[in-house]
Amino acid sequence: MNGAFDPKRWWPAPLLPLGDARDLTLLFVVAALSFLAGLAAIAALASERAAVGWRSELAGSATIIVRAQGAETPDAAALRAVVAVSGLRGVGEVRALEKAKADQLLAPWIGADALPSDLPVPRLVTVELDPKTPATGADLDRALSAAGVDATVDDHSRWSAEIMRAGVIERNVALGLFALLLAILGAVISFATRQGLAARREIVDALHLSGATDGFIARLFQARFARSAAQAGLAGALLAAAMAAALKLTGAGQGLTALLPIAWRDLAAPAPFPVLGALIAAVVARTTATAALKEVP
Amino acid sequence: MSRKAIVSEVSAADPTSPQSIVRFEGVSMRYGRDPEVLTDISFELPQGAFYFLTGPSGSGKSTLLKLIYLAERASRGRIEIFGQDLALLRRKDRPFMRRRIGVVFQEFRLLDHLSCFDNAALAPRIAGRKPAAYRADVADLLAWVGLGDRMHAMPPALSGGEKQRLAIARAVINRPDLLLADEPTGNVDEAMGLRILRLLLELNRVGATVLIATHDKDLVVRSGKPVLHLEAGRLSPYPGQAPDLDE
Ligand SMILES: Nc1ncnc2c1ncn2[C@@H]1O[C@H](COP(=O)(O)OP(=O)(O)O)[C@@H](O)[C@H]1O
Ligand SMILES: [Mg+2]
Repeated sequence: MNGAFDPKRWWPAPLLPLGDARDLTLLFVVAALSFLAGLAAIAALASERAAVGWRSELAGSATIIVRAQGAETPDAAALRAVVAVSGLRGVGEVRALEKAKADQLLAPWIGADALPSDLPVPRLVTVELDPKTPATGADLDRALSAAGVDATVDDHSRWSAEIMRAGVIERNVALGLFALLLAILGAVISFATRQGLAARREIVDALHLSGATDGFIARLFQARFARSAAQAGLAGALLAAAMAAALKLTGAGQGLTALLPIAWRDLAAPAPFPVLGALIAAVVARTTATAALKEVP
Repeated sequence: MSRKAIVSEVSAADPTSPQSIVRFEGVSMRYGRDPEVLTDISFELPQGAFYFLTGPSGSGKSTLLKLIYLAERASRGRIEIFGQDLALLRRKDRPFMRRRIGVVFQEFRLLDHLSCFDNAALAPRIAGRKPAAYRADVADLLAWVGLGDRMHAMPPALSGGEKQRLAIARAVINRPDLLLADEPTGNVDEAMGLRILRLLLELNRVGATVLIATHDKDLVVRSGKPVLHLEAGRLSPYPGQAPDLDE
């Protein structure tokens, strides 16, 4: 019966008994926290990318709204506007939108049938800007008024600023969320450590009486919870990455990806959380156990 | 004073100096607000002594041992262990004193989730020694107490006598300077009781100071060793000593 046991190859078994139902609950909570943090990180990266994309698109172009004056046809006015801004420094291609295209853009607001054909609908002129040294809205304004064109320039800077502001808010929300999740993790680990110490009181007493220092016992709990947090954290992170991958694959064409353009490398964003979680679990378990052990006679 | 200084001062108390290993001076002890369990206890165990602590159940034997192994604090009086006043011993220095004291608990206090081998190896492991440095000692000791073929067993699978011997092995693995045993023959038959007694005498012969709490008068008589007798929490000199058993 004992033939298998060889003292020469004996290695110490864990002093804290492994796994029970309580541990499973903890593992679930930690995995869920890591999952949420991982998803939030991926979402933050993706929406950051979306914002950057939108901003560079907006910043790379301007729109001129041209109104016809007197007997001039809208087409003629648009043509004069095109001539006025073409060749300015920092201006690339300039194109007047055809009436049909302009009507098409307005249709959603006014309705295609409701537009009388002789209504002097303003014409739109789109201006591609040199991405390195873009002409400003003021540059365009000056050129247009010099040419005597009645026009309004929209260089999209208002939208650009708005998107930037949204991005900052979003980043702060994400950071706040991470802080909250980490605080929850700390609280959960602290609670679990106190629980564990109480539940393992017999073992703690036996170790104390055998000459274990508080530090020795605290390190047992530190190692246990750091390991649990790393394992559960990894599970949660993998789940978050898998979920993001599924989102990317299923929403590949349109829809979600337009708002959240997830890149494959974003899937690595949850990677730090198991490590961070293990670190926090280690520190919290150690300090909680050390403090709690001081109360043990 | 640093921890090292205290430890070396404690260590300096032995092994050869005739200084007392345990010294009680007018010690009293009560649990909470209960009446005193021990009253005005004074005695001294010199280096290398082998004493029994006798008395009826409830007379305070276990409590007296707990005071020595730092599981309880005296309510009054002065206790010195290895020449160190316990009232002045700081919490962080306690583990180092405990490592010099081996205890066989009345209720064993084995760790049920650890094998016999792991239980017996607890003290050197806690002291921070490398497994390779002590596993042969553990195997030898378990063989010596007759558990050579039970090393891998878990405590719940052991008989009372086996648990008793495992508890003794765990207490002596680090060759403690002071060995305390609380009713070490309480759970075994007479033959096993004698075997355990011989084991304790042998440990004493190789240098340990030994104090054994028991209400087994027969054991005391057979050993012929001196006795501290408790009666309702007070110490009284025990009348007479039996002839030596081991000579
Ligand atoms: N933890 C405790 N709390 C309160 N009373 C205790 C405790 N342990 C022992 N006692 C009481 O102290 C007295 C002495 O007990 P004990 O030292 O165990 O005696 P013995 O070991 O001689 O049987 C008994 O009356 C017992 O009920
Ligand atoms: Mg007792």
